[in-house]
Amino acid sequence: MKIAFLGATRGMGRSLARLCAKRGDAVALLGRDPDALARSARDLEVLGAGAVAPVPCDLAAPTGFGPALDAAADALGGLDAVVLSAADFARPAELDADPARAVRLATLNFTHSIAFLEAARVRLLARGGGTLCVFSSVAGDRARKATGIYGSTKAGLSHYAEAVDLRDRPRGLRVVLVKPGFVRTGMTADLPVPPFAGEPEAVARRVLTAIDRGWPVVYAPPIWRVVMLVIRALPRFVMRRVEF
Amino acid sequence: MTRLAGWGGVPAVDARERVGESLAEVCRPASLTRGLGRSYGDASLPPHAGAIVASTRLGDRVLAFDRAAGVLRAEAGFRLSQLEELTRPAGWVSPVVPGTRHVTLGGMVASDIHGKNHHVAGCFGAHVRGLRLQVADGRELETGPDREPELFAATLGGMGLTGHILEVEVALLAIARPWLVIEVEPAPDLAALVARLRAASRAWPYTVAWADALSRGARLGRGIVIKGRWAEPGEAPATSPIHSRVDSRLAVPFNLPSWVLAPASVRIFDELFYRAHCWSAGRRVVHPDRFFHALDSIRDWNRLYGARGFVQHQSVLPVEAGDAHIVRYFETITRHAGASFLTVVKDCGAEGRGLLSFPRPGVSVALDLPMRGAATQALVDALNRHVIETGGRIYLAKDALTRREDFVAMEPRLAAFDAVRRAWDPERRLRSALSVRLLGDPG
Repeated sequence: MKIAFLGATRGMGRSLARLCAKRGDAVALLGRDPDALARSARDLEVLGAGAVAPVPCDLAAPTGFGPALDAAADALGGLDAVVLSAADFARPAELDADPARAVRLATLNFTHSIAFLEAARVRLLARGGGTLCVFSSVAGDRARKATGIYGSTKAGLSHYAEAVDLRDRPRGLRVVLVKPGFVRTGMTADLPVPPFAGEPEAVARRVLTAIDRGWPVVYAPPIWRVVMLVIRALPRFVMRRVEF
Repeated sequence: MTRLAGWGGVPAVDARERVGESLAEVCRPASLTRGLGRSYGDASLPPHAGAIVASTRLGDRVLAFDRAAGVLRAEAGFRLSQLEELTRPAGWVSPVVPGTRHVTLGGMVASDIHGKNHHVAGCFGAHVRGLRLQVADGRELETGPDREPELFAATLGGMGLTGHILEVEVALLAIARPWLVIEVEPAPDLAALVARLRAASRAWPYTVAWADALSRGARLGRGIVIKGRWAEPGEAPATSPIHSRVDSRLAVPFNLPSWVLAPASVRIFDELFYRAHCWSAGRRVVHPDRFFHALDSIRDWNRLYGARGFVQHQSVLPVEAGDAHIVRYFETITRHAGASFLTVVKDCGAEGRGLLSFPRPGVSVALDLPMRGAATQALVDALNRHVIETGGRIYLAKDALTRREDFVAMEPRLAAFDAVRRAWDPERRLRSALSVRLLGDPG
């Protein structure tokens, strides 16, 4: 498989890229930090990737998305799948204190994410289809006190991914929407660890299965499908009371 | 804040654990780096509650693997389990392997781990070609046998106190087949056990003995000697089953009540363990994980000891002290009703270059001791008196209860280690709970 990642130097994206490398896939790494890209590229090469192409790309600079994806396709000789796992994150207190920070998070996680996925979508469709893998979050399934802005961007992203799946599946484009629960990555390192916390490697294994089999929605760890089923069913007055 | 403890569960400290993909960045404000927390006592714990500890959990990229020469370089958080998965199919293994696969390269260096092949291979540090360190003032530098050799020697077995280990380069061991040929031999008493272990070490690269530390009188120290070597081409297939198939089928779901490991039940376990191995004595071919990492097949086995946890005590009694001392050491254990779940005896080879490395020529005895407060402290104190008397030493990666004055008495190399720390870290910015307890660092 020829697969391009935005966000594979960190967290769940990194674990997923390593699984792909171990089975010999050709991998393009899109990212903004040249040192992190170089280190991750070496890692994937040693682990067995068929080819590795580091490509500069920043979620904050949407004009670069198209050229970066074209460069990735050139380097690998085509693209079968594109994965977006890069995202911005901040604690509610930081967002409350700095409105510009909140706008930045909303812009990166929604507007720019969609711009990237659109650039990937048209390129995959132009070559007859492929897989678009989008990392959203269970935080987008139900509004919570603690994650209003982050959760709403992820709700928007989930909505977009479902719409693309409905529209473009007949033309060969498969969308895999990933909804991780709490996963112990660098992003969540400062947060208290709740029950059902997952490890990035286990999440990555599940996501790769979903990509291979074309599952439209994947919760990881899987228990979160049940947890969110319950939480989505809770009436508003209960949500007001619980400190979830 | 995160509640951190070593594998034994005692002591535990509230610390701020920094996790991230860039080790250099994560380590900068930290007083200590921690890997997977598999050292037993307080070696991976911060000097005081609230201190910052850097975690290498996400710093685990492989930087280079030369499949022809068998040299691997990786970030410090790269785990032995990952190494085995990557290099075994290519015919290479770690030259030195501890009892668990859940350790990081950084931790293997900081503890200068030894394995069942210590008598032929020495410690892990003997195979390290280079280390990238972030020293106390924030500078990053490359050390090795020929580059900053004093700092390098102090870092091997230096328990993370000389600098944050960022990268490790190690020369691997070539194997013909990824399977082990093992031989099991029972020994009716301690004298026979030690003699058979020594004889085995002359002919086999991997040797270890398990001893029953509860039997008294004529059967004191009876046990089994297990010998191993990598299989030759005619003896085993070229491929081995992957880890996940053999790993962690069983798990201990929660802390067991403390009576489970009461002396009586340990005695029953030891009796069964001894008999089971006596029945299966003889030569056979096994998966390397069954030989090297037997306890990994029970996930979270430390919970067997309940919420009060356990401590390990591992010491080496020098050859010069004579075998009579080993008998007296075992008598001390039985007199205190130590109820060690597993007592592992190992014949150690020559001392390595690590300034605080554990092994030296002699017999190493490792005990698991359920934590029973003052009684356990008394037993450790009594064992340490033997260690001091014989000129032996203890393994810092296991220790939690040794007193500072005892450690000073058994460790003539402390002054040399201190001199390196004074040169590179005059303000003692790098500290751990262990260094506060044993080296007199400020808390």
